[in-house]
Amino acid sequence: MPEIVLEMKNITKRFPLVVANDKVNFSVYKGEIHALVGENGAGKTTLMSILYGLYQADSGEILINDKKIRITNPNIAIKLKIGMVHQHFMLVPPLTVTENVILGMEPKKNNIFIDIENATKKVKEISEGIGFKIDPNAKIESISVGIQQRVEIIKVLYRGAEILVMDEPTAVLTPQEVEELFGILNSLKKQGKTIIFITHKLNEVQAISDRITVMRRGKVVGVKKTSETNKEEIASMMVGRKVIFKVKKNEHNFGKNVLKVSKLNALNNKGLPALKDISFEIKEGEILGIAGVEGNGQTELVEVITGLRKAKSGKISIYERNITNDSPREIKEEKIAHIPEDRRQRGIISQFNVSENLILGSHYDKPFNNGMSLNLNIINKHADKLIKEYDIRPSDKDNLLKSLSGGNQQKVIVARELFGNPIILIAAQPTRGLDVGSIEFVHQQIINERDKNKGVLLVSADLDEILSLSDRIAVIYEGKIAAILDPKKTNQKELGLLMTGSVQNKKTNLEEVKK
Amino acid sequence: MKSNNNINVYSFLEKITPLIAVMFALLVGAIVILIIGEDPIFVYKVLFSNALGSKVGWGNVLFRSTPLIFTGLTVAFAFRCGLFNIGGEGQMYIGTFFATWVGFTFTNLPSFLLIPLCIIAAATGGALWAAVPGILKAKSGVHEVIVTIMMNWIAASLTFYLVLQFKAPPTEAMKAAGVKQMIPHTREIAEAARLPRIYHLLKSINIDFPSYVQANVSFFIAIAVAMLVYYILWKTNLGYEIRAVGYSPLAAEYGGINVSRNIVLAMVISGALAGLVATNEVMGFKYRWRQELFTGYGFNGIAVALLGKNHPFGVVLAAILFGVLNYGGAIVNIFTGGRIPRELIMVLQAVIVIFVVISDEIVKRIIRKRRKTA
Repeated sequence: MPEIVLEMKNITKRFPLVVANDKVNFSVYKGEIHALVGENGAGKTTLMSILYGLYQADSGEILINDKKIRITNPNIAIKLKIGMVHQHFMLVPPLTVTENVILGMEPKKNNIFIDIENATKKVKEISEGIGFKIDPNAKIESISVGIQQRVEIIKVLYRGAEILVMDEPTAVLTPQEVEELFGILNSLKKQGKTIIFITHKLNEVQAISDRITVMRRGKVVGVKKTSETNKEEIASMMVGRKVIFKVKKNEHNFGKNVLKVSKLNALNNKGLPALKDISFEIKEGEILGIAGVEGNGQTELVEVITGLRKAKSGKISIYERNITNDSPREIKEEKIAHIPEDRRQRGIISQFNVSENLILGSHYDKPFNNGMSLNLNIINKHADKLIKEYDIRPSDKDNLLKSLSGGNQQKVIVARELFGNPIILIAAQPTRGLDVGSIEFVHQQIINERDKNKGVLLVSADLDEILSLSDRIAVIYEGKIAAILDPKKTNQKELGLLMTGSVQNKKTNLEEVKK
Repeated sequence: MKSNNNINVYSFLEKITPLIAVMFALLVGAIVILIIGEDPIFVYKVLFSNALGSKVGWGNVLFRSTPLIFTGLTVAFAFRCGLFNIGGEGQMYIGTFFATWVGFTFTNLPSFLLIPLCIIAAATGGALWAAVPGILKAKSGVHEVIVTIMMNWIAASLTFYLVLQFKAPPTEAMKAAGVKQMIPHTREIAEAARLPRIYHLLKSINIDFPSYVQANVSFFIAIAVAMLVYYILWKTNLGYEIRAVGYSPLAAEYGGINVSRNIVLAMVISGALAGLVATNEVMGFKYRWRQELFTGYGFNGIAVALLGKNHPFGVVLAAILFGVLNYGGAIVNIFTGGRIPRELIMVLQAVIVIFVVISDEIVKRIIRKRRKTA
């Protein structure tokens, strides 16, 4: 029997709106990688926040090495050798790696000066101990997201952590970086550290964890050994029903070109070239997936097509109509639906209610508007209809959008954008941050549009999504299309290499594109 | 169900924070009165019974509330578009001067033309003055707070200059004494440009009302304007766009809304509302333009909007409360033989504003904390 290092017993935490943790029992063996999975709002983060002292449980107890303890703030957690790597990094960009690591517990020389030499040495030691090299004097702002995450890990280890909690650590990483992270986690495991890994990506759970605890609606619904279960079982435990993983996609013939982009150039917010001579076209009934590491021009590409950013040169046309640099409203009127990448900032107005959000973009037009004033009667009926059709919950049209879960917010966006029979759907990171059930829903909607012979542009950082939905994949790297591929003839690894610019000159594996 | 009740409790709490703030402010006021050495219960009794216990009291309260309704709406309207218009003062100076100029220039027009013309002039003046910061904000991102503050000073100086250009002729008494007109005010507006007092209205339906109370038709204009503002903001296309820009310019842009255009429009409408102070102070009261008539209304409008939670009906209520405090405070001052200074009212108003901000923030934090983990 393995030794239990951490045990949380009967933890209950109530918030006015919800019971976030309901008599949760959670235990972790020494030296294991334990995956804590569940949909958004299942209570994973609350449970870990209680462990880290950010919240106090209403009832229940925490035992570390069989000793009952009270963790009232993060400092106590750190003293108990619990470390947390947050989803959003807590680093100071202009400071160096070492300076960030020691922040808050700087080693002193003569009680006055910071002993930076010693600290630098220690940072080196720690990083080499878990199998990677890092420049301790590099500034955070100059290193990649993947390396920044390592700095967070070093920070936690520097504080002597034996139990590491990692909150959705792979959300920001490329496939290669994920692999490297898993390498690091394995070497930590070899050193005898215990790792709690919060995620809702089931592939990763399978790849790295020893055991899995599944939570749903504040309760633990099961604990499994990874080797004795499978993806389908875990998913159905998370959602409470069977989940279909493979999106069903019928083969069909594509029609005419719907969207044509040629030699498109545009600048990013800093005034530097973000898109360099981008050309592609989408046919009726086709999903073109854009794969790429974030920040390689995807955002700018979508913005230029939808009129939110000006093109410097090049041409965008829908069928034969030129829409380059038209206003967002004019482009919308060409029946382009847009599920924006930044849901909170762009896609919704969180202080508006559901019915107001459902008319954003068509609010000025019939039937929602008769000249000057809003036609509230029709707007409300429209809302009721879409709420029912898309199963938006809670089903009250007067709820402010900010009170809805991410999945339901996305449903509002999807419902609004697909209304009125668009001819093109542009979906940017459409399932980011959504739970399994909502992802399934969004994917189905995208496939439906394709099957209705609409053109779909799908931009996603999630390669599984790209591979399973797309009819063709364009890989974008540093503002250029690095390759256009057939999803049946490629794989995650190849995409990953193209996305990071490690392989070049591989233009296509599609026969028909060449001619 | 239980959690649902909790939501209601909090959103209710959020709505009544101004009420809580007012109670706390009165408490603080009581302490100040005690320190002065007077009886707070007596003082408050005098204050409220005089302001609210009689027709004269009500008349005076409404008269004092009217300009604050306009300036409160000024701030509230711009705020709905995410703009902090603290240039109500300047917009009011310009708008009211425009109205006055029309009033004493087109003296041979009949009332049914001249009154609307004056009102339009008032709105136009305020709108023009507010358009400048609006355009600067929309086109080059210059912060509206800076520009509106600067425009306030320009407006104050400009109108002072204009007053001297259109100075009233000396009165008979002055002529007899051989002195020049020394008061910096303009000529009087035409009889036809004047708004009837409430006294006139009530007399026509045989209700007794003292003729010296200055409350006039302008109060009803203010109420109508508040309703119009409500209608624009929540029932029209324009209001939808303005609020969308106010809450999230990025989402508005995404929804095909022209953000710049709405910023300019919101400022223009906001400024027009400030100009409408002319209806009360010029067309209903003094019949001429003099700077002291207006000083401070623009700035007090900020407090009124804050207390009214930037909602047109809240603004009306807040303005009436300020009217009560103003008038009641003046009476208290007289009743106590000056031992309770009128400045006490300013203290009360300031404390209300502080408490609104504090209690708002506290409630917000409670809600945020509870929601964070849900």
